[in-house]
Amino acid sequence: MEKFENVSGVAAPMPLINIDTDMIIPKQFLKTIKRSGLGVNLFDEMRYDQDGSEIADFVLNQPAYRNAGIIVAGDNFGCGSSREHAPWALRDFGVKVVISTSFADIFYNNCFKNGILPVVLPKEAVDTLMDDAGKGENARIAVDLENQTVSATDGTVFGFEVDAFKKHCLLNGLDDIGLTMQKTDAIDKFEEKYAEIMPWV
Amino acid sequence: MSAPKTIYDKIWDAHLAHEADDGTCLLYIDRHLVHEVTSPQAFEGLRMAGRSVRAPEKTIAVPDHNVPTTLDRVNGIDNEESRIQVEALDKNAKDFGIHYYPVSDVRQGIVHIVGPEQGWTLPGMTVVCGDSHTATHGAFGALAHGIGTSEVEHVLATQTLIQKKSKNMKVEITGSLRPGVTAKDITMSVIGVTGTAGGTGYVIEYCGQAIEELSMEGRMTVCNMAIEGGARAGLIAPDQKTYDYVKGRPHAPSDADWDKAMAYWKTLFTDEDAHFDKVITLKGEDIAPSVTWGTSPEDVLPIDAVVPAPSDFEGGKVEAVARSLEYMGLEAGQKLTDVAIDTVFIGSCTNGRIEDLRAAAAVLKGHKIKDGMRAMVVPGSGLVRAQAEEEGLADIFIEAGFEWRMAGCSMCLAMNPDQLAPGERCAATSNRNFEGRQGRGGRTHLLSPAMAAAAAVTGHLTDIRTFEGAA
Repeated sequence: MEKFENVSGVAAPMPLINIDTDMIIPKQFLKTIKRSGLGVNLFDEMRYDQDGSEIADFVLNQPAYRNAGIIVAGDNFGCGSSREHAPWALRDFGVKVVISTSFADIFYNNCFKNGILPVVLPKEAVDTLMDDAGKGENARIAVDLENQTVSATDGTVFGFEVDAFKKHCLLNGLDDIGLTMQKTDAIDKFEEKYAEIMPWV
Repeated sequence: MSAPKTIYDKIWDAHLAHEADDGTCLLYIDRHLVHEVTSPQAFEGLRMAGRSVRAPEKTIAVPDHNVPTTLDRVNGIDNEESRIQVEALDKNAKDFGIHYYPVSDVRQGIVHIVGPEQGWTLPGMTVVCGDSHTATHGAFGALAHGIGTSEVEHVLATQTLIQKKSKNMKVEITGSLRPGVTAKDITMSVIGVTGTAGGTGYVIEYCGQAIEELSMEGRMTVCNMAIEGGARAGLIAPDQKTYDYVKGRPHAPSDADWDKAMAYWKTLFTDEDAHFDKVITLKGEDIAPSVTWGTSPEDVLPIDAVVPAPSDFEGGKVEAVARSLEYMGLEAGQKLTDVAIDTVFIGSCTNGRIEDLRAAAAVLKGHKIKDGMRAMVVPGSGLVRAQAEEEGLADIFIEAGFEWRMAGCSMCLAMNPDQLAPGERCAATSNRNFEGRQGRGGRTHLLSPAMAAAAAVTGHLTDIRTFEGAA
């Protein structure tokens, strides 16, 4: 995994609440056996009409947001299916940060495995950043993971919380399977004792 | 004496393989269920890193999402991408030596129906799958939840998951349900109260008389939709019904192991005075047969209600409801029982078990579906299908005008050819009514199997309590 670098730039506003993973990447694109190439189908049914033409007023089709690296979203972003294709599609498009008041649990975890930072902020902060994002190229939102801050264009700074281990992995681009395999001894020991107590498992 | 614990606390403690100084935990996984859509990249990852599957004997795979449900599927899968994905699972299961139920096996079906049916799912276990509806297995008093593909790879390689403990939430349903009200109505009504994010950060324990009175099938329906309320998992304390369901299944323990297992399972209850961070209580008798009207599972109302208006809501929900009503082609104030239906889908990991098919067949007996109605039953597994044929249910469905299909996920998520056309309106026993879920532009109303059957006959959403001939 690539190391997470600080992000500064245009943010796409998506105020709709409950944006689900079916919206982020519809099921017809889950038939791939690869992780790459899904960016073109990100938000497919909101972004393209039935003929495959772009829907002009969808935010990522507007000139200012075509290369947005940040999304500011309504409550409960990423709810629904566990499909990791959702963060794969976001990452492939170039989104590195999603900011919302809340995220669905599985999606939130999936983001960290793919170099995407989901930032949870209080409603007032998200509202401010949503307004800011609405200004297109006239606004710049900056996200600093090391210092756990998001800065609006006018310099207002919002701090956010993130799990220390997840932060460490993201900043250093660490593969957590490799990290867990360093604890194989502990797993072996546990498994041995466990098999004794619960032989039917 | 140690502090009182919830069932979740007990299962968590029993599976804690390692805890780092920063509180990051490795949770040991007892059962890893695998399907064809969320696993190919994980197996590819193992191959690239030269890793093997740590516990192939605890790993069970079955293709379900992509498989056609028509009888001609024995001739192979037409769609090339779907075929490649299923073939990849065939190969991965063989190469890594994991248990496998291929499409041709009578035991094949939806992974969350096959697991319990084959006795893989047992009380007190940790069960994961690259699928959000893994919550289903919580019905056995197991800690069961969905994971992403990277986590699938992590479990394959290490048989553990990196976890932070969730909070405890209690959902109590007191008293008994009224006639016509089912497990589906319980679970949807709970989401109506909590919202789709109300469970985020929690593991739910469902309890109370109405939950105790449910069959194992009904309990699976309730836990299945815990994820639609945002919860990490939902679970129900095991009891005699649980033990009776499990006993004698192919992979359930037997003899001395059964006795040991029973002794442990009987410790799986929430201690008196255990702490819950959130408690929700509903009266069983207040729950009505329910149906969704919008594009989120929280958009649910009793069947005798009317479609709400955006102005009935606050905040971001106002815009979301306006968008939902436009997508669904509904008007505020319209009676839900006036909503005409084009298609009926009975099946899915939510309602594709034998009891669901019995409930639908009881409504359909002696009736025909409305002219022009498209109606299909997709049993949750080959064994459910066989049992339904043996009980004469298949004949009732076929005589009523339903298509009698082979097992799979089918129109719940429409990855196979079973899809809605734009604007087509479906009464579905599945779990998600998201935009485009059952096909681009398709309109989904979630409801119980009995209500789905009634809608197939009348041609519109129907209150099962007033349906002529209802049980």
